[in-house]
Amino acid sequence: MLQKIYDWIDERIDITPIWRDIADHEVPEHVNPAHHFSAFVYCFGGLTFFVVVIQILSGMFLTMYYVPDIENAWRSVYYLQTEVAHGQIVRGMHHWGASVVIVMLLLHTLRVFFQGAYKKPRELNWIVGVLLFFTILGLGFTGYLLPWDNKAYFATEVGLNIAQDVPIIGDEIKTLLSGDEEIVGAQTLARFFAIHVFFLPAGLFALLGVHFILIRRQGISGPL
Amino acid sequence: MHKGKGMKFVGDSRISSERKSNIPKDYSEYPGRTEAFWPNFLLKEWLAGSVFLVGFLSMTLAHPAPLEKMADPTAAGYIPLPDWYFLFLYELLKYDFASGPYILFGIIIIPGLAFGGLLLAPFLDNGPGRRPHQRPIAVGMMLLALTSTIWLTYKSASHVDWEQRADANKPVPPSEEVQIDKESEGYALYENNCMSCHGEDMGGTAGPALIGIDYSADEIATIAKEGIGSMPPGQFSGSDEELQKLADFIVSVNEQ
Repeated sequence: MLQKIYDWIDERIDITPIWRDIADHEVPEHVNPAHHFSAFVYCFGGLTFFVVVIQILSGMFLTMYYVPDIENAWRSVYYLQTEVAHGQIVRGMHHWGASVVIVMLLLHTLRVFFQGAYKKPRELNWIVGVLLFFTILGLGFTGYLLPWDNKAYFATEVGLNIAQDVPIIGDEIKTLLSGDEEIVGAQTLARFFAIHVFFLPAGLFALLGVHFILIRRQGISGPL
Repeated sequence: MHKGKGMKFVGDSRISSERKSNIPKDYSEYPGRTEAFWPNFLLKEWLAGSVFLVGFLSMTLAHPAPLEKMADPTAAGYIPLPDWYFLFLYELLKYDFASGPYILFGIIIIPGLAFGGLLLAPFLDNGPGRRPHQRPIAVGMMLLALTSTIWLTYKSASHVDWEQRADANKPVPPSEEVQIDKESEGYALYENNCMSCHGEDMGGTAGPALIGIDYSADEIATIAKEGIGSMPPGQFSGSDEELQKLADFIVSVNEQ
């Protein structure tokens, strides 16, 4: 039955090559912890992606309750935290996941760096990876404001004041992020929400796609 | 791939009507003990992922995500702190060479060199050798950057009393905030007679807050006319009927 469904789809869209590109590749001995336990260092990249998937899923569920305006943002988070079934767990996963993703990303970066895996021909993938690092730091910065508690508000104010000190374009950056030259308020929350939920994830998906396609084309770096 | 004449397509599409067999590649000729990703390795990866997920969920259950009081831009004296992974940048700006007139060092030059170096690492460290001892400069710079980052983060975090911060900023449940009906007659009287000292939201400014007080309507009416403590007498101007409405209004807010 499943085979018939597969054949029916395959006849129309020739799915086998796509399926081959995604799933059919080799795992060399030196990256396989089943053969060499020290190869667990090669898991960090995959675990980073795993936590990113957790972040995407938990974030999608959080937006079902979260209200991005200054009157209700904190109340909606409080309600989610105290009243909604499993709300505390979903928010906890998103909150702690943000830290775990940074830790995993750092470990992955250090593995690639100390193994010199970014050397020719993998320079471009290293650059994409560092851009991913910046994107995820940006997601951390913009996500911090969204609960709209004191910690969020004052940390964001400090961050925006630092951005303002950038020469020439500092004021423009601050206005772009906070929506006003002076006030950190309703506009800021709306902007940070849009950046956190739409702009940065769009960049994240594009960069992740390139990162993975490049790995598949070049193969994983060989043993030292 | 079949090319040239004699190709057959499915309908008018560009999909070849010849089916290719769906057999995984043969990895037996690859060096070492190479394994197919699908399905052999994926099963193991799945297991490792499950263990990781259980650990992560246990941590989440043991430590609920923190939430402080609702943001209050007027809360003077609140010491801002970024999330832990920005602490090193925050701490850097406290050094003399990275603040005040040298702020550009702190926000542009030093982080720019560090992160720019990270971004361009493959071009700065472009020798053929991959082993760490074959590229001492790159590895040395990375170790230096890593040590500084950990040191700055530690310096920033070590003098913070995290438990005291959390205790001082516990969230206030929204149900404990009172609702004030600003359309009511009583509030109109409050606005004319009391608001200048007791605040728009009855939270107090020059005078004390009128929320959470333990007086009866008659006592409030007496205080409004005769004053109490440093509140002078004769603050209320209006009829006795209005005085009664005002007192009832203040009591009704406190009953919530």
